[in-house]
Amino acid sequence: MTPVHARTGQRQPIDADPVLKLEGITKRFPGVVALNKVDFDVRPGEVHALLGENGAGKSTLMKVLAGKHQANEGRIILGGEEMAFENPKHAKRAGVVLIHQEQSLVPEMTVAENIFLGSLPKKWGNRVDWRKLREDTNAILETLKCSFQHDDLVGSLSIAKKQMVEIGRALVFTPRVVVFDEPTASLTDHEKPVLYDVIHSLCEQGVGIVYISHRMDEIFHLSHRISVLRDGEYTGTVNTCETHEDEVTRMMIGRSLELDHASKPTDFGENMLELRNLTVKRIFEDVSFNVRKGEIVGMYGLVGAGRSEVAETIFGLRTPVAGEVVLDGEVVNFRSTHDAVAAGIALVPEDRKDQGLILGMNCRDNMTLASLSSVSSGGFMKGSAERSVYDKYHQAMKIKTPSWRQKVGNLSGGNQQKIVIGKWLHTHPKLLILDEPTRGIDVGSKAEIHALVKDLAKSGYAVLVISSEMPEVLGLSNRIIAMYDGRVTAEFDGDSVSEDALVQAITGMGTSAPAAATA
Amino acid sequence: MMSIKGFFRGRAAIQPIWIFVIAIFIFFSFMSEYFLSLGNITNILVQTSTIGLIALGMTYVMINGNIDLSVGAILGLAASLAVGLQDYGLTIAIIAALASGMLLGAINGLVVWKTGVNAFIVTLGAMLGIRGLIFLYTGEQSFYSMNFAFSDFGASSIGPFPVLAIIFLLCTLVMHLVLTRTGHGRNTFAVGGNPEASIDAGIRLGRHMMINFIIVGFFAALAGVLLASQMGAATPNLGRDYELWTITAVVLGGTKLTGGYGSIVGTLGGVLAIGILRNGMNLMQVPAFYVLVVLGVILISVLIIDKKLNVPSTKEVRI
Repeated sequence: MTPVHARTGQRQPIDADPVLKLEGITKRFPGVVALNKVDFDVRPGEVHALLGENGAGKSTLMKVLAGKHQANEGRIILGGEEMAFENPKHAKRAGVVLIHQEQSLVPEMTVAENIFLGSLPKKWGNRVDWRKLREDTNAILETLKCSFQHDDLVGSLSIAKKQMVEIGRALVFTPRVVVFDEPTASLTDHEKPVLYDVIHSLCEQGVGIVYISHRMDEIFHLSHRISVLRDGEYTGTVNTCETHEDEVTRMMIGRSLELDHASKPTDFGENMLELRNLTVKRIFEDVSFNVRKGEIVGMYGLVGAGRSEVAETIFGLRTPVAGEVVLDGEVVNFRSTHDAVAAGIALVPEDRKDQGLILGMNCRDNMTLASLSSVSSGGFMKGSAERSVYDKYHQAMKIKTPSWRQKVGNLSGGNQQKIVIGKWLHTHPKLLILDEPTRGIDVGSKAEIHALVKDLAKSGYAVLVISSEMPEVLGLSNRIIAMYDGRVTAEFDGDSVSEDALVQAITGMGTSAPAAATA
Repeated sequence: MMSIKGFFRGRAAIQPIWIFVIAIFIFFSFMSEYFLSLGNITNILVQTSTIGLIALGMTYVMINGNIDLSVGAILGLAASLAVGLQDYGLTIAIIAALASGMLLGAINGLVVWKTGVNAFIVTLGAMLGIRGLIFLYTGEQSFYSMNFAFSDFGASSIGPFPVLAIIFLLCTLVMHLVLTRTGHGRNTFAVGGNPEASIDAGIRLGRHMMINFIIVGFFAALAGVLLASQMGAATPNLGRDYELWTITAVVLGGTKLTGGYGSIVGTLGGVLAIGILRNGMNLMQVPAFYVLVVLGVILISVLIIDKKLNVPSTKEVRI
């Protein structure tokens, strides 16, 4: 395998006057300087990647650019003219569009209505001009090479397609600068090329692209230049073809990170979990594999392959029509999560905010949520016991919070995820299932979570990791279960598998002869 | 503005409503010579105890993410049973009344849990249905208590303190402790805050929902029994509109209709605000209709202020 950190980009920087220039942008919030004299520019036809850890100020900078926040100091110069955007609509009309991380579409409306939301073409008498709407929408869908129709309901589209609708919105006003904020966070590997194509074609039309992402592979694949922010300060800009991942990482976090393949657990015990021909109607079929004590098993596949659903079935959220879940030698087939938790299963869910945390609750209360009985006596909770549980994991996992009273909704993704993991560790589970444990988390926290997972396995936990990120699966797993379309297509040894073989297994190529290279 | 915001942030337990309660308390002390006396203050507690007791249970249900519109009807039914069944013995009548409230609460909870139909709709139906049951049972007649132990109880005192006020304050204390100190209380917040995450944490969501509906049913029935004892009678229309008063008090106290947030301390403030306004304006001989107008305006104003105070600011900066 090629060493990950040696990667550099191919694209030569584009030589042109910038279409957009930010000079000395400073943004203060009460008590915080979010941005301190930041410079940034975008040239027409260029993809300029903006990097930084969570909290570095990327989103704030982009919100200043798109008119959501107003800078305290500094200038925004668009096409040679100094601008002062008072609101997002103003910025949009001037040609600066932000494509959101969280989608803001109306699911009950059609694609066309969503794309032209707030700017529907009108004809005499303030009536909607449906024909023009249809034609304009079709023109936009054609530019984006979309496979869906203008009258499809947005709610019925996949996440990737919804994102296309979101991008389509940006094209309504002839954009000069388009900002993509983590656009691939919810896309699968085979949906990404479609997005890349759209970005390329925008570039060809001379649009300047700002691309925010945590994923190095994308950034090196797409961008011409890379700028880095750290703690609200601008640390520099480099040409993608003249740098490599290590340098960029160092610029981001002030040190370099090792993706440590050697530190995988090696000492395995008995079977902790065994699935025997597990089947859930119309979702997945005949799934069998095992996880041993002290072992990390990765589950790799595309979104929709049934990975999360397998985890949910183990956890008692779905009822199988056939097959068995065997935990520690006993057939269990849980019917409620309460039973699953009591028996020692922990599930760190895919979506932290929707499934993992009570956002309005403080850090301590979230931490003890799954193990209240361990901190209460006679039905009453003991505040001191709760605090010591919180303190223990707060220290052990280096969670950054001002105090336990902080609401978890106000924490960054990495710290939120650590709280979810801490919550489960305190239940002392036999089996830890992690579904996309580092989605949307900055590189620093990501490495910490990876190290933590390995340490947990070494201390005897059986760990099942579901991930859509190949480096994560390869870097963590002793064995890898590949799933495609509701079936296990192959099982690989985590150290010797090739990337090609993995990709083939999860895209359904060569499923007729499933390779069985077990550890 | 900053300092006011900071003040409320630092003290999550102090709801804005308490500032209001203190303000109107001082106001009426100056406006009416009769207001500031032990007799009048205990009188306010007795007058508010009915809505107050129901509001305690309603706070749990609303933090849990549900609502119960049937409390007024449950109150009416319990009152009729407590008076109408006295021929079988006072104890049996009271037990039957309280049990009816808990049973109806359990049914509400079970339907909401098992069918997933919105609690607003389920309890709206229950409200209509139970009121119908009252008329069936009473034949549109009012019942009068022949048992003086029952009708004296509502007016009795321990020293200078009326028994009803003592019961209300004791229940408030217990409900506050249960909400803030027990696993059930914590899980009530969790389920209201994020049901999915609660299920993921292995919390038995349905069980907590049912318990809370039973609690509010119990308190509605208890309020009905005590009200009947105060009046020495029960009318079939007893408890009409009480669900609205109760919800008003709970919302004034800062509990969110969307669930996951609220407190008994706040609810007590909301109950007292309504009680003091009614009592004080009454002493000032303001016609009763104005009292309603004022209360309506205040409900909306308090929510507007609450919204202003809870504007996301510094702490939302996550970047």
